[in-house]
Amino acid sequence: MTAAARKPSAAPASAARRRFIVDMARTGGGVALFSMGIGLYARQAASLPALALRPPGALDEPQFIGACVRCGLCVRDCPYDTLSLARLGDEVATGTPYFTARDVPCEMCEDIPCVKACPTGALDHELTDIDDARMGLAVLIDEENCLNFQGLRCDVCYRVCPSIDQAITLEMQHNPRSGKHALFIPTVHSDACTGCGKCEKACVLEEAAIKVLPTRLAKGELGHHYRWGWKEKQKAGGSLVTPDRQHRYNLPQGERYDYEGEGLIMDENSGQTPFASDPLDTLNRGVEGRR
Amino acid sequence: MKRDTRPGAEAVAVKGWLSANRWLLARRFTQLSILGLFMLGPWFGIWLVKGNLNASLTLDVLPLTDPYVLLQSLLAGHRPEMVAVSGALIVTAFYLLVGGRTYCAWVCPVNIVTDTAHWLRERLGITGAARLSSTTRYWILAASLLLALFTGALVWEFVNPVSMLHRGLIFGMGLAWLLVLGVFLLDLLVSRRAWCGHLCPVGAFYSLLGVRSLLRVRADQREQCDDCMDCFLVCPEPKVIRPALKGAGKGIGPVITSANCTNCGRCIDVCAKDVFRFGSRFGNRADKPGQTTHQSPGVEALR
Repeated sequence: MTAAARKPSAAPASAARRRFIVDMARTGGGVALFSMGIGLYARQAASLPALALRPPGALDEPQFIGACVRCGLCVRDCPYDTLSLARLGDEVATGTPYFTARDVPCEMCEDIPCVKACPTGALDHELTDIDDARMGLAVLIDEENCLNFQGLRCDVCYRVCPSIDQAITLEMQHNPRSGKHALFIPTVHSDACTGCGKCEKACVLEEAAIKVLPTRLAKGELGHHYRWGWKEKQKAGGSLVTPDRQHRYNLPQGERYDYEGEGLIMDENSGQTPFASDPLDTLNRGVEGRR
Repeated sequence: MKRDTRPGAEAVAVKGWLSANRWLLARRFTQLSILGLFMLGPWFGIWLVKGNLNASLTLDVLPLTDPYVLLQSLLAGHRPEMVAVSGALIVTAFYLLVGGRTYCAWVCPVNIVTDTAHWLRERLGITGAARLSSTTRYWILAASLLLALFTGALVWEFVNPVSMLHRGLIFGMGLAWLLVLGVFLLDLLVSRRAWCGHLCPVGAFYSLLGVRSLLRVRADQREQCDDCMDCFLVCPEPKVIRPALKGAGKGIGPVITSANCTNCGRCIDVCAKDVFRFGSRFGNRADKPGQTTHQSPGVEALR
């Protein structure tokens, strides 16, 4: 304004140009601010709560958020009404499919209709065997309240597991409380657990002691430089660090040690044992001459 | 002063109510039918159409995908399955023919919301207007594509009232009502036709699809125009009419060529003189369309 006033000679064309530029800057600036806002909002809104599970075959969450077009066709083709589309205000990214295992778990249909229904491949069409799905990983999260950990035979999570004895096994342990019974510890194996959530759904407690968590929360990860020595040794067929030597105990002549042979072994013909029949002799050994 | 001066009153008097609201009724019927087809499943268990406007499957064979959403997904770095791609191609081909923004006037559910807001705004005589450039939508369109490109997420889908309203009606609204209410209040109070005419990037995208589309509104009988201004008053994109209606002297043809014409046909309805009609983009000559023997002056001189 003031610049225009100072230069009254400015032609109308340049005034129009100036107005055009100002309008452009205004609109552009406004839109830039606005998109920064929704960009930040989207970052927040895209975070997935731990108990919301994606359908089988879902790409990793960052890719999924860019691949899913929020059409709900997977929801429609789910025969068990497991899946629902997140609504605005839910904690899951608006319009994306999810399920909550404790409400309705995935029934692991063999033909995987939800994946087939996905038009974009946000649910990966490479997934043809439902046992290869990894929706999450079951974790026995509360050992204090799990009935099996108390020595009871609840076993419900184990029994309902569609991959029984592979995804969940019962591992027998000594029961130190009673001293004479066993604990059957439900143990999840990540190489077989699909994260369907049937165990979480079936857990008899008020609040499930076993829960399906996103794999990133449920699993640790070894440092990439780290190697298990015994596995490397097995792979190489021998020790990689120091040459393998037969271990030898430094024992008096005529004595050997063998664990499987029940420990210390005296050679028969040595005739000599380290222990005297009279314990006093043992104590006095080496001091006889001083008397 | 009892005379009804609302736009279209004269057309009703001349042509009768039905014929003066023909295209509006056809449009509402189409909008509600399309929505109804989607609702048949959730309401009555008749699954003719599954999904929503972002992507759908009709009769288990016909995939349709919103090309705008798919474009964002592509920019976000995802390589979609062929189903989605072919669905988007079908939709694109359709709107290349009938005009991109035909989507806005005949399909989009938000149109009913904003038309209602506009109607109420006129009724209540609200005139206050924020200064909004009608090019803002292209900025927002560009921003939504850039956001998808740089964040790898469909960012616009987190706030898009268009897809949220449609999805909400079918799958459950949640708090999406607030966004729709926001759009309604924007159009009612902040500015005339603020959402569809100025801000919506979905409409902006479809307008670009329709730049060369065949189906157009034509002011073929423009010499009949008595300057009643009714068409300008009802048009959601008033800028698009002027060249076609008033451009005879400047050598501009009678076809409304602007990509932002939504083909709503309301101008056809409210014109008592039947200036407008639907037609093709061809034969857009400045002279009277009745004249069939159009020749250049040079040829004329040779005779």
